[in-house]
Amino acid sequence: MSNTFSFARVYAILLKEFLQMRRDRITLAMIVGVPLMQLFLFGFAINFNPKALPTVISVDDPGVFARAVIVALENSSYFNIVKETHSPQEARRLLQEGKVLFAVEIPENFTRDIVRGNPPDLLIEADATDTAAGSYAIAALTGIASTALRDDLKGPLATRAQTAPPFNTVTHLLYNPESVTQYSIVPGLLAVILTMTMVLMTCLALTRERERGTYENLLAMPASPVEIMLGKIAPNIAVGAIQSAIILIVAKFVFGVPMIGSLLLLSVALALYIVANLAVGYTFSTVAENQLQAMQMMVFFLLPTILLSGFAFPFDGMPGWAQWIGEALPATHFLRIVRGILLKDNGFPEIWPDLWPLILFMFVVMGIALARFRRTLD
Amino acid sequence: MASDLAIDVRGLTKHFGKKVAVDHVDIAVPQGEVWGFLGPNGSGKTTTIRMLCGLLHPDDGRGTCLGLDVITQSEQIKREVGYMTQKFSFWEDLSIRENLEFVARLYGLPDREAKVDHTLQRLGLVKRQKQLAGELSGGWKQRMALAACMLHEPKLLLLDEPTAGVDPKARRDFWEEIHALSEEGLTVLVSTHYMDEAERCDRIVYILNGKLIAKGTVNEVIAQSGLTTFVLEGEHVRRFLQKIQGQPGVDYAGFFGAALRVSGRDRIALEKTIAPYKNEAGVTVSETKPNLEDVFIHLQEDAK
Repeated sequence: MSNTFSFARVYAILLKEFLQMRRDRITLAMIVGVPLMQLFLFGFAINFNPKALPTVISVDDPGVFARAVIVALENSSYFNIVKETHSPQEARRLLQEGKVLFAVEIPENFTRDIVRGNPPDLLIEADATDTAAGSYAIAALTGIASTALRDDLKGPLATRAQTAPPFNTVTHLLYNPESVTQYSIVPGLLAVILTMTMVLMTCLALTRERERGTYENLLAMPASPVEIMLGKIAPNIAVGAIQSAIILIVAKFVFGVPMIGSLLLLSVALALYIVANLAVGYTFSTVAENQLQAMQMMVFFLLPTILLSGFAFPFDGMPGWAQWIGEALPATHFLRIVRGILLKDNGFPEIWPDLWPLILFMFVVMGIALARFRRTLD
Repeated sequence: MASDLAIDVRGLTKHFGKKVAVDHVDIAVPQGEVWGFLGPNGSGKTTTIRMLCGLLHPDDGRGTCLGLDVITQSEQIKREVGYMTQKFSFWEDLSIRENLEFVARLYGLPDREAKVDHTLQRLGLVKRQKQLAGELSGGWKQRMALAACMLHEPKLLLLDEPTAGVDPKARRDFWEEIHALSEEGLTVLVSTHYMDEAERCDRIVYILNGKLIAKGTVNEVIAQSGLTTFVLEGEHVRRFLQKIQGQPGVDYAGFFGAALRVSGRDRIALEKTIAPYKNEAGVTVSETKPNLEDVFIHLQEDAK
């Protein structure tokens, strides 16, 4: 008789689940927080058609048409001219360092050649390490070329505007000339996969001890918080190293991702990135009361890492606040480092602007973990 | 400070929120003695022990443990004290030997291998050293825990209900080990709920609602209680329990086997209440020396 289905028993279990849910504040925060976070990130931060991309212009022509092209680029809203220079070398360097996505070169005698009816070349070099970032902007270029000078080509020059564009646009996709999506996605996966697994490895480090009751014993013995933290983090560096090796080998031999930079430099950056993420997980484990809470915290960290780091969506297309959050995440910097080393052959000076934030992040997070760690059971 | 006291604390106090878990407890344990720490669940035994070994900061009070200040030198105390937690707290996915080696490394013991070997031998764990701690039965777990907290040769052992859930034979072996250690000069403070274990201690302290309310040898504690106990025996004594409870002079009445034990502090009133039962057919009434259980139940009832 007791085996017949009973709604009362279903209700009993339902009631118990609700009671437990109500007492688990982090789960409650999850229920509200995760959808809100996703909505805001996807709704406001992500832009598939990024505009105002950082652009450097190297111009060696004082003429009116050069000026008109610059204005037209800015007016298109795709290009945000962050710097004007006379030196194409400097423009190339900014591109290499990842400070700009485009380098536009207006050659000498640009204006004169147009007047002579001898269409000059407008050279646009684009950083194609992130294939998604620049595609719309590049598509917009052709339109710019044909309309930019319409108002300026007056009088005897008016015929120039009616025929073919008065100048040619030559686009060079640097670092990933064929725009192979895998070349930008696979190095990005290195960043995302490592965050996922490294944070997971350590976020259970202390909560597991706490749940099993071994935490009290650990505290009762002479081990300092730093010793415990380093001892917990260290073995996982090996785990991270193995995963990195697997991902890089697959990237090279399955996806054919070029690796033109220094693998040694990449290893240094990898080591720092791995430790930074392990420190994040460890910090979660000093805060979380149980393993479930630790995992939930991990999700809160993982979401912005995937969405705001520039992995899934172009970083430059995000609004300022989202970029600020992104800059605070280790994955954002590591992503630039990996793409820089593998695709652009960046050396130490070029990656340093993204390396020090990683180091800073690592120490700040470790500091929080140590401050959170209690030597007593109070 | 007297250097012959292994534990010497005064006014030890700990609050958890509004609740006072330990309320101005004084304990002074001379070196080399085995003291029993008794009291009902939630009375503050574990909290007191944790304060002694530096796992909790006292809110008030001061004192020393092995001559080290319990407030400022808790890290040093951790090195000198062996603390056995109430719940088994070693790593169940490590073998006995791996657990002991881990502990030895944390304490930075020289001759690690030799020390682990010696401890395994002493506690009869050699044959099981490769077994995972999680697979051990209660008695072996407790033995392993004792081995682990003796490994660094502490001068003071703080044992928090080490024999809870352990069978009588294992308990007896355990106590033999405790006494052997004490003969070597070790001081032991052990909390327990078992009266027979309390009787194996040099002295006992009894704590209730965070307050220390009795202290001394077993006989002293019994004498201090001022309790008189009568035993009613016979076929139908069970019928009398309801009637006797709450009568003048009866502080506590309860069964112990087939016998009804009636205790109270007011001897004259108690005798008066008991008197009629002496005439019941088939009932014998005799006075007996109160035992620790009578005393503790009395103390606990008294506090309500």
